[in-house]
Amino acid sequence: MAVLNEEQEMLRDMAREWATNESPVTEFRKVRARGEPEAFDREAYATMAEMGWAGVIIPEEHGGSDFGFLSAGLVIEELGKTLTASPLIATTLAASAIILGGSEQQKSKWLPKLAHGEAIATLAIDEGAHHDPDAIEAVVVEGKLTGTKAFVAEAHGADLFVVAAKDGLYLVEKGDGVTLTTRRLTDQRSHADIAFDGAAAEKLADGGDDLLGRVLDRARVLTAAEMLGMAQTVFDMTLAYLKQRVQFNQVLSTFQALQHRMADLFADLAQMRSAVEAGLQAIDSGAGAERAAIVAKAEANRVLHTISNEGIQLHGGIGMTDEYDVGFYLKRARVLENAWGTTSLLRDRFASLGGY
Amino acid sequence: MATQIEPEARDSAELFREEVRQFIADNFPEELKGKGLSMGGVEGATKESPAQKSWREAMGGRGWGTPTWPKEYGGGGLSRKQAAILNEELARAGAYNPIGGMGVMMFGPTLLEYGSEAQKQEHIPPICRGEIRWCQGYSEPNAGSDLANLQTMAEDKGDHYLVNGQKTWTSGGQWADKCFAIVRTDRSDKHKGISFLLIDMDSPGVEVRPITMISGTSPFCETFFTDVKVPKENLVGEEGQGWTIGKRLLQHERTNLSGAAPGSRSGASLADIAKKYGRVSKDGTLADPVLRDRIADFEIRWTSFLHTARRAVEESKAQGGVSEISSALKKLGTKLGQERAELTIEIMGLQGLGWEGDNFSPVELQGVRAWLYGKATTIYGGSTEIQNNVIAKRVLGMLDHQ
Repeated sequence: MAVLNEEQEMLRDMAREWATNESPVTEFRKVRARGEPEAFDREAYATMAEMGWAGVIIPEEHGGSDFGFLSAGLVIEELGKTLTASPLIATTLAASAIILGGSEQQKSKWLPKLAHGEAIATLAIDEGAHHDPDAIEAVVVEGKLTGTKAFVAEAHGADLFVVAAKDGLYLVEKGDGVTLTTRRLTDQRSHADIAFDGAAAEKLADGGDDLLGRVLDRARVLTAAEMLGMAQTVFDMTLAYLKQRVQFNQVLSTFQALQHRMADLFADLAQMRSAVEAGLQAIDSGAGAERAAIVAKAEANRVLHTISNEGIQLHGGIGMTDEYDVGFYLKRARVLENAWGTTSLLRDRFASLGGY
Repeated sequence: MATQIEPEARDSAELFREEVRQFIADNFPEELKGKGLSMGGVEGATKESPAQKSWREAMGGRGWGTPTWPKEYGGGGLSRKQAAILNEELARAGAYNPIGGMGVMMFGPTLLEYGSEAQKQEHIPPICRGEIRWCQGYSEPNAGSDLANLQTMAEDKGDHYLVNGQKTWTSGGQWADKCFAIVRTDRSDKHKGISFLLIDMDSPGVEVRPITMISGTSPFCETFFTDVKVPKENLVGEEGQGWTIGKRLLQHERTNLSGAAPGSRSGASLADIAKKYGRVSKDGTLADPVLRDRIADFEIRWTSFLHTARRAVEESKAQGGVSEISSALKKLGTKLGQERAELTIEIMGLQGLGWEGDNFSPVELQGVRAWLYGKATTIYGGSTEIQNNVIAKRVLGMLDHQ
């Protein structure tokens, strides 16, 4: 755990308490049971916004607290621990795009609404099943966007889309020319393909050429923060299980073979936490953010992949049941591993950054 | 999160920086620029040049080789911040800390905590001045990872102990002046029968035999004690307290070893080595995409390890104790160091497996030895398996096998 200041500790403790008491996995089960495509609890999101979580990275003059990404990551990690379904990451990322690239008028219009939970927003970047920011075909002609986006997270609840077109990022409001097709994925959260057919689009013109790249850095670290919370929980859950499950008249945690596997996972998890925290801190400081974000997401992918698989294996049969929570983490893990870069894409970019 | 330095504090930090710069300018011999430790390692005998000697004496005299140790015993008495400034300025000048070795890394901090006043007065100042070398008398042929199973016996003879037994893996034993050892003073209790004893290596009855390793070097020794007389005042702490003191020393060792992954500090990156020994595409990328992917994978994990090491230090400082991840660091760092060495020789092909001869460069020959020597890193200082036990039991609270 990074060394935190008092405000950050309070923020984290509040998020932990709320997630534990008000939003345990049973709440996600209710969301799943309702089967609505938007797949989150509006009331719960309103509470999160009231607690200031939607405005953590938003400047004070626009209704946020300007606490930065490390702080946002602390909240996201806690919510990741209980699989809280919400458009918080999506909205935070869309807000970051507006902060980085929006005009004063765009900022004043959207940021206060996003900070207060009155509007929900999301990124619509990729056009296929794989994250590939170099393959964008959507185009804007005379303020009208045409093209398709695939597997857009939190699309159903969103009032606003930050859309990648060939020449930059655009704001598109839900409405005419925007058609959603639901994509049910294994994590049972909101995903949709979107067809934009001459939808009104307003460019985020002040972000420079690399605006998309910088937004993706932020997407990678925040997603990694959610994955960190998930990995921590699967680890804790598995350890607790090994300590109480008796086989061959022995508590499983006494077996050295299992102890050593847990020690391996512990070390991996320590690395994942350092990488994620360093990524969040790099976004806040602005130094080496692209590289740090790649390291954070690549480590999150690697470690959560291992821990989610080991979590099932070490639980044995009970881990395979829908009644037990551990499987939910496995399914969400694979979805997030694909978000904003699979491990091989991230390694490719890391090598390119290193000039080899 | 940024810590604001108060104006006066900033002034005093700047004043100290000036003082250090002046000291280096006055004392650091130009000819040593970029050279390494003289006393620092256990890799060879001490053959000091006059320049090395004068630099060691200058640094040792000031206590700056052990910058944060108490001034009264010859340390520098500096704050952590001042020590950091000292390090920065040494690096900037291409200078180095000439004082190191096991006395500094492991024994000194332990003696400062557990030693008597007389022992501190006697042993700490020579360590600070870099005048004597210490070696570690821990492992025995039948007590390696099961360290507490040691059999070397120290029999109470009134005014002295009579020591008989054998130690092994005594790093640098052939060059050491003194040995800090754990010995058995009571056979009836595995842990409470252990005591912490300081033994002069030139005492009659001490015999040292270097062991040749697979890397061809002999940094480790077997050390035999036959009726060696050790004065009672060389007992550290109480009789029977040796296991507690010995474990504390191992914590210092572990912290120091995690970063000691061989090759981790060498200049050329894996990508540079791959470009030199392999094919490069027209666009400057490595022509072998699989190798490129594996190098990136390694470098990402290595970066993440460095973040982890830094985090452990920050946490220890903030909490005023050992971070719970410090136990994972040794295991992670040594494994990564071995992976890097394996990848390096693989990239070089057979050119990277030379044993001797002019048709191999010094870097290539050194790489082979480092790769082989590096296999020791996951065995010594508590093997990876022992680290796993420590993590499972002490950190995760998993129970002993019943």
